[in-house]
Amino acid sequence: MTAETLYGLCAAALVGLGLFGSIVDPQPARKILSFNLLGGGVFLLFGIIARRGATAGMGADPVPQAMVITGIVVAFSATALAVALVLRLFETTERATLQPDAPPRPSGDGADPDA
Amino acid sequence: MHEAVALSGGGAAGFLLVLAVILPATGVVLSLALGRHAERIALVLMPTGFGIALAILADVWRSGTSLVYLIGGWAPPLGIALRADGLSCIMLVTTALVICAVGLFARGDFSEPEPGRETRAPLVFWTMLMGVWGALNAVWLGADLFNLYVALELLTFSAVPLVCLDGRAETLAAALRYLLFALVGSVLYLLGVALFYGAYGTLDITLLASRVRPEPVIWIAAALMIAGLLAKTALFPLHLWLPPAHAGAPAAASAVLSSLVVKGSFLLVVRLWFDVLPGLPGMPAAQTLGALGAAAIVFGSVLALRQARLKLLIAYSTIAQIGYLFLIFPLTTGAAAAGIWGGIAWTGGVYQLVSHAVAKAAMFMAAGLIGEALGHDRIAELGGIGRALPMTVCAFGLAGMSLMGLPPSGGFVAKLMLLTASVTEGQWWWAVVILLGGLLAAGYVFRVLAPALADTGSLTLRARVSRRQEGVVLALAVCALLLGILPLRPSQLLQIGRPAATLAVVR
Amino acid sequence: MTVDLALDAGLAALVLAVAVWTIAARAAFAAVVGFVTYGLLLALVWVRIAAVDVALTEAAIGSGVTGAVLIAAAARLRPTETLSAAERPGRGLRIAAGVLSALVSAGLAVLVLYPSNPAPSLGPAAAVHLAALDIGNPVTAVLIAYRAVDTLLEKVVLLLALLGVWSLAPDRFWGGAPGQRRDARDGTLTLLARLLPPLGIVVGVYVLWVGAVAPGGAFQGGAILAAMWILVMIAGLHDAPEISRRWVRFLLVVGPAVFLAVGFTGFVVANGFLSYPAGFAKPLIIAVEVVLTLTIAVILGLLAAGPPERERRQ
Repeated sequence: MTAETLYGLCAAALVGLGLFGSIVDPQPARKILSFNLLGGGVFLLFGIIARRGATAGMGADPVPQAMVITGIVVAFSATALAVALVLRLFETTERATLQPDAPPRPSGDGADPDA
Repeated sequence: MHEAVALSGGGAAGFLLVLAVILPATGVVLSLALGRHAERIALVLMPTGFGIALAILADVWRSGTSLVYLIGGWAPPLGIALRADGLSCIMLVTTALVICAVGLFARGDFSEPEPGRETRAPLVFWTMLMGVWGALNAVWLGADLFNLYVALELLTFSAVPLVCLDGRAETLAAALRYLLFALVGSVLYLLGVALFYGAYGTLDITLLASRVRPEPVIWIAAALMIAGLLAKTALFPLHLWLPPAHAGAPAAASAVLSSLVVKGSFLLVVRLWFDVLPGLPGMPAAQTLGALGAAAIVFGSVLALRQARLKLLIAYSTIAQIGYLFLIFPLTTGAAAAGIWGGIAWTGGVYQLVSHAVAKAAMFMAAGLIGEALGHDRIAELGGIGRALPMTVCAFGLAGMSLMGLPPSGGFVAKLMLLTASVTEGQWWWAVVILLGGLLAAGYVFRVLAPALADTGSLTLRARVSRRQEGVVLALAVCALLLGILPLRPSQLLQIGRPAATLAVVR
Repeated sequence: MTVDLALDAGLAALVLAVAVWTIAARAAFAAVVGFVTYGLLLALVWVRIAAVDVALTEAAIGSGVTGAVLIAAAARLRPTETLSAAERPGRGLRIAAGVLSALVSAGLAVLVLYPSNPAPSLGPAAAVHLAALDIGNPVTAVLIAYRAVDTLLEKVVLLLALLGVWSLAPDRFWGGAPGQRRDARDGTLTLLARLLPPLGIVVGVYVLWVGAVAPGGAFQGGAILAAMWILVMIAGLHDAPEISRRWVRFLLVVGPAVFLAVGFTGFVVANGFLSYPAGFAKPLIIAVEVVLTLTIAVILGLLAAGPPERERRQ
């Protein structure tokens, strides 16, 4: 059992956890968090593959590392866009839910802030 | 050597492949810098892009081989290649046609209100349109699995803001649901890419095809990738995000989303199935995909019949028509498909891709004009609109003919070929589904046409509709009709670039 | 079991424990704090598997800037917590999702335990051309030379994400500044926002510069610069700029524009699009990295700032 195998099993577990959270949790903000966990697991799997490809002069294969760096940046922009959507949805409806027929939040003023 | 053969071809015309992807990307960058001129930049790039697509098609047709370009001169597996085979060329031209039509149509809706001032909706619309175009071209031409992942993300990030362009709460929720489905789908695709790299050390499609062996890692990787792509293509039962998203977007955006964006992820399933794993997937997997497609056809059409709003009806129709595409898989797998019938099924499926793209774009734009004229899109109150907007309703009818599969139309050619292939290969159950789908499509199209063409006389129009927009929609619908002149036999062009293991004998 | 292996096992277990906490925590704020911790632990894992460039990126972007965005969101969404807690998914969905996730994890675990032999690698192929490019860091070579088109397209992805975030603003706020005007108050935050940025800028520029020969590069340096800018904006020491300002738009496009220009000149002076002429590869790559750092810093900072919420002045 080498270090890579340990981290590889950790990555497999992270993928499962992230997938479970993305499907099950109804709040969009929590789905975004689970999506990031899922992404982290996938990137870690790339990392294990890179480590297994170590050669003379390089501790790890550079091509998967470059893919992970690209992936981390893309995942961040996805998170930023999704969070902006959730916040805008909250501002418009006073709720942050994807259920189409959820009742509006029982606050005194139900007027649209942008009216 | 297979690898040398894979990387040859094209020469001087290879730079056209780069332009097809990079010109729209340049358009995005320029639009952000010169926000006031976004519309002008798009209108300059559209005919240029159309010309480039036609030039690539001409080159591939003339030479009879795929056009390949090695970016930066670095050869795969280290570098990235772009490859235009017959299928890519057809998708490039279809995309260019639809985007140009949508661009001409949208000039009426998204022009700058005061020339010289940058406003939100026009800047976002034209920039995202360029983004969608560049992303789609990157998907059609990509020959590297990770490059295709970046193209998929580009596509998602261009499409999502188009859904919530009007800022209403329903469209915001629809855009968020679309984004979450698309993100999980992309990350599952990326997981499969990791497994492929870990097993074979390359992500170039042609190199992978020569190295792939039937072992557990590729079954798991392919299953994950296809599952993620099915979520992005809205195949039943992962279709829940599509109707509110496509119905909530502005008409021009809905046209692009339904006709082209969902086809991008579908094409990756095709590339995976036929190009990365040529000949390897078995009948059970193929029949499963076909079954899901059949369920999509039936469910989508039945739900479309029950809709009260026009744009939702058209969106559910998209779900149904996407189901036809997945019939390609069972009809090109197995011993019965080894001859000419597999070639017929393959060609029929691609014709369905193209004719649905053209017809659905025309239909959504027509629905947009109707909605603009009446101020609402409730089907029950469409009475007599045919008198007020004859060109628009005629265009809707022509597009509907293609969806139903009535001759002469591209949809008729496509569905007839799929029908023939399923009957002659002995998989007659798909023929039943195709006929049923046609009947149901006739049902929901006439649900709209019958009141529209009725002579009720009591109709108040909220707004005048631009003649130019009606003309564009009608022209696109006539294109859907003209696709009916395609011959009813396997296409030579589509055989260009197919791996040897799946080449049908077409002589 | 050696000490190294025990350390790795402990780290892996800790990462998993924090991940479970992130999914299971009731309050969103607690979950986000768990996520930031998870990101920092992951950065340590990346160092343990000899991928230091990725560790820098994960710590700066994956955990740092993402954490800032998510914490701000969790704070603003706190009023919805009590209502959202009432929404529970059905038992059937939980069981189905659990089975599916377990299957996927099990399949991946099997593939990890029985990998293909020998392990494929593009390391040797990448090393061959490093001398010709005069670049010492193979990851930089992959990002800016071998697979440069992916980096270029990814810049466009970032720009579109930013425009997408901006598009969520109501029409009347278009062209204005993100966030509300904050006033700097005396306290720890303001103190840190005064002390850290000069240091952070030096570190960021250094990470960019050294990326040609050692772990580092445009993404990591840009993320550090963005983090300093975000700190200053949050503390209220400097207002977020209006999105229609010329310098903002200029910095946003300078990276991709120079990258595209270098790519197109490759048609004329070298072997095609995004190909570097022999002998000039290193200066061109460094030039591209510098402008990319500026663009990445501005994009990451503006993505964290959010859509415009104030009207445009003048």
